[in-house]
Amino acid sequence: MLTKRIIACLDVHDGRVVKGVQFVDLVDAGDPATQAARHAREGADEIVLLDITATHEGRQTLLDTVRRTALELFVPFCVGGGIRTARDAEQVFEAGADKVSINSAALADPTLISAIGSSFGAQAVVVAIDARRDPEAADPVRDAQVFVHGGRKPAGRRVVEWAREAEERGAGEILLTSMDADGTRAGFDCELTAAVSEAVGIPVIASGGAGTVAHFADVFSRGKAHAALAASIFHFAVSTSRSLKEELARAGVPVRLPC
Amino acid sequence: MRVTVIDYKAGNLTSVLKTLRHLGAEPVVTDGDLSLVEAAERIVLPGVGHFAATERLDRTGLTGAIRAAIARGVPFLGICVGMQWLYAGSTEAPEQPGLGHFAESCTRFAESTEKVPHVGWNSLEVRAGSRLLAGVEPGEFVYFTHSYKGPVTADTTAVTEYIEPFAAAVERGNVMGVQFHPEKSGATGLKILRNILEIAS
Repeated sequence: MLTKRIIACLDVHDGRVVKGVQFVDLVDAGDPATQAARHAREGADEIVLLDITATHEGRQTLLDTVRRTALELFVPFCVGGGIRTARDAEQVFEAGADKVSINSAALADPTLISAIGSSFGAQAVVVAIDARRDPEAADPVRDAQVFVHGGRKPAGRRVVEWAREAEERGAGEILLTSMDADGTRAGFDCELTAAVSEAVGIPVIASGGAGTVAHFADVFSRGKAHAALAASIFHFAVSTSRSLKEELARAGVPVRLPC
Repeated sequence: MRVTVIDYKAGNLTSVLKTLRHLGAEPVVTDGDLSLVEAAERIVLPGVGHFAATERLDRTGLTGAIRAAIARGVPFLGICVGMQWLYAGSTEAPEQPGLGHFAESCTRFAESTEKVPHVGWNSLEVRAGSRLLAGVEPGEFVYFTHSYKGPVTADTTAVTEYIEPFAAAVERGNVMGVQFHPEKSGATGLKILRNILEIAS
């Protein structure tokens, strides 16, 4: 049976893992390669490394980080942040990533999705979407506003129509972050996640708001997510992926165990 | 152990090379140098992406060289599209023939409410007698990402269920294929790749 994935997310700034709370207030929490290996050992099904400042800063540090992190990692490894061109993506793949996550650059130039997919396969292209519910919209959830540049700027797109376009252009997965839920530890935005998951035929990874095991169970059932991403819940030893998955298994969620 | 890894410009070889090196093998890459296939102790054909990309194997002469190596008994492992290529073909690119080592063809997952591609960790029901999967217990998980798959036949050595049962692994003689990505499948994947290095040629 296909299992629900627990994806450990490392937010990286200048080659160091940091923790994001509402995209500000960064706290140093270690070396990416060490952290990634630890997460894999502790049962994470996949590792995502998001270079949260790469949009504004140089890329060489990131490539070095990716290379070091990939070296001893034998689970899927996705890298995002500051990938603007197919060439940027190629360098990240050459450094050892299996997938790239693209966000602002895909909104600026949606053909980037197919440009990367045609060389490296759709499975290697994750389109990340940061969305915030729009209380003004007819449907505040399906028409949630998409934001770019780390959530600082509205992109002028609505979440469901953008997710569908991303799929049509060849995205392999959608990584959906609820900006309303992010950093709150009050639970994923299950309605938002379900709205996107029902609208596309590709897997949706839920992100933002994880605080308890029940939140994960909820986003897999009510939110119709295929995978869920979490950072803070792991970084400060609230839980390992293994213990999280053991609890999920007890709640009836199919997960990869033993791991 | 010298492992010849075939590059047909479909996706990324870095993960496979890195994992083989981790296991102590010396991978060499060829995208057309047939002498590397002729001298190969093991051949690995990775592959993510589109079946049509395997056309390059025909154009470069690699198909013939691989066929000859297989006839000499060189252990061969195809991964993902590399496994699908071992069949007669795939409905993903009907005009492009596969190697035809296995007579059947690969097909897309049937329409259903489930997502296609099949992405994530799924379990293996291992059949008895596989050398490639030696030491893999029933129910161990491996990582998949694919939309097309081979049918379950007498050559199937592991079955996985998603929408329908399909061939997660295939093996006849020294010719082996896995639909999943052993290089991304944690300890289980490492065990499988170690097996291909240890199989006698």
